[in-house]
Amino acid sequence: MSFARNLRCRKCGQEYPLQPMNVCDFCLSPLEVSYDYQAMAKAINRDKLSQGPRSMWRYRDLLPVEDKEVDIGTGFTPLVKADNLGRELGLEQLYIKNDCLNPTYSFKDRPVSVAASKAREFGFNTLACASTGNLAASVAAHAAKAKMKAYVFVPADVEPGKLVGAAIYNPVLITVNGSYDDVNRLCAKVTQKYKLGFININLRPYYAEGSKTLGYEVAEQLGWRAPDCVVAPAASGLVFTRIWKALDELSMLGLIEPANTHMFVSQAAGSAPIVNAFEAGSHHVNPVVPSTIAKSIAIGNPTDGYYALRVARQSGGGACAVTDDEAIAGIKLLAQTEGIFTEAAGGVVVSALKKLAATGAIKHQELTVAFITGAGPRTQDILASTVQSVATEPNLESLEKVLSLPGRTDNKGYANKDRGD
Amino acid sequence: MAKRQVMFTFPPELVREPIIHNISQQFKVVPNIRRADISENKGWVVLELEGDEKDIERSIAWLTQKGIRVDPATGDVVEG
Repeated sequence: MSFARNLRCRKCGQEYPLQPMNVCDFCLSPLEVSYDYQAMAKAINRDKLSQGPRSMWRYRDLLPVEDKEVDIGTGFTPLVKADNLGRELGLEQLYIKNDCLNPTYSFKDRPVSVAASKAREFGFNTLACASTGNLAASVAAHAAKAKMKAYVFVPADVEPGKLVGAAIYNPVLITVNGSYDDVNRLCAKVTQKYKLGFININLRPYYAEGSKTLGYEVAEQLGWRAPDCVVAPAASGLVFTRIWKALDELSMLGLIEPANTHMFVSQAAGSAPIVNAFEAGSHHVNPVVPSTIAKSIAIGNPTDGYYALRVARQSGGGACAVTDDEAIAGIKLLAQTEGIFTEAAGGVVVSALKKLAATGAIKHQELTVAFITGAGPRTQDILASTVQSVATEPNLESLEKVLSLPGRTDNKGYANKDRGD
Repeated sequence: MAKRQVMFTFPPELVREPIIHNISQQFKVVPNIRRADISENKGWVVLELEGDEKDIERSIAWLTQKGIRVDPATGDVVEG
């Protein structure tokens, strides 16, 4: 049994029954799931949670799902103590939450798993989304698992090669001749007219809840405590706000000490409406036209922008934007210190972390978690220029020459120089 | 009749103009304001437009041409 009780408007507090609906009829603000926390507190404890499956579904009692979940094996991804990167940045207690290791290689499997489960409960037999990358792959994969149909809407100018990650699960791929705004508009109309479980439209309140599991996992993996600082990326602002909600819920339920986590939001400078508002001291997130290589976080008009801004401010955190070049540098730094290959959004997080540590916004002794939410291989085209090799003829002399190796070796095959033993 | 939930973002030079009145007069759309924040040098309005689909489209094209940004009130749907 779920402890979810209703949908509530995040702005005016108006309540609605649990149904496929994402916007308040009165003020047109986003809705979110609210819970009976008193009943929840009586039903869960650390031991019970720890004995659950090693997946995001060990936190089922904190999610709004009643029936059997649609699960492709998502969650409980590694929380890695990043000593090498920490040394580079001057941070003693740095951890990386490596969410590249979900079944479709991004954190999107978490919210989509919850949204797909709710879609089935609501009687939908078709899932839909508008996406050019991670979300499309995750929706198509969950639809395949649940034996549901999937519609993926894509702007027509997206290169076909980028759609392989979704197409492999055999969704109906619909390329829309028009701008991103045209796609937004078409999807809204489709959802009004047809009975579709549109992941980030009418299922968005449930979709959002799945991202909370990132926060729960980190707290449990740290031995049931909240980090001192979090650095996470923001596109719509959803995952950033839900990590905070997760920590807040755990402390409210008495499962961790009161969370005093400083939340730092990171964006690409070419698509940074939340960071812009933070730096301007504004309460309103002005939309922008995105222009960045970090496509997975390129949202110009973020649904949860205002709430992400509020979390960053109220938690005593901050906001940081980095250029595309800095994002690339961040990808390389993470790969070359911790062996983790992230997409550009992860590069944004790492470079933002570097800036925040350098300015002292994050202090060297603070326990800091950086959220890496998507894997690199899907978008490796942005890194093509980093491939630099040295050419050799197929003989040792040539190899030793190009690598400047000493030529003379002992009878074990080791070079006499630089053996170190 | 169609409905469209949108957000207008005004540049400073247009904050004083009766834009919403104008679209209701010129395009036969009914604006229904739900939230707004207007000051001397900035402004945004979240509202629902009701009317014929073509009139809503024409009104949005006119607003955009004047320099007003029009976005879905619900935020962007297309995600990475």
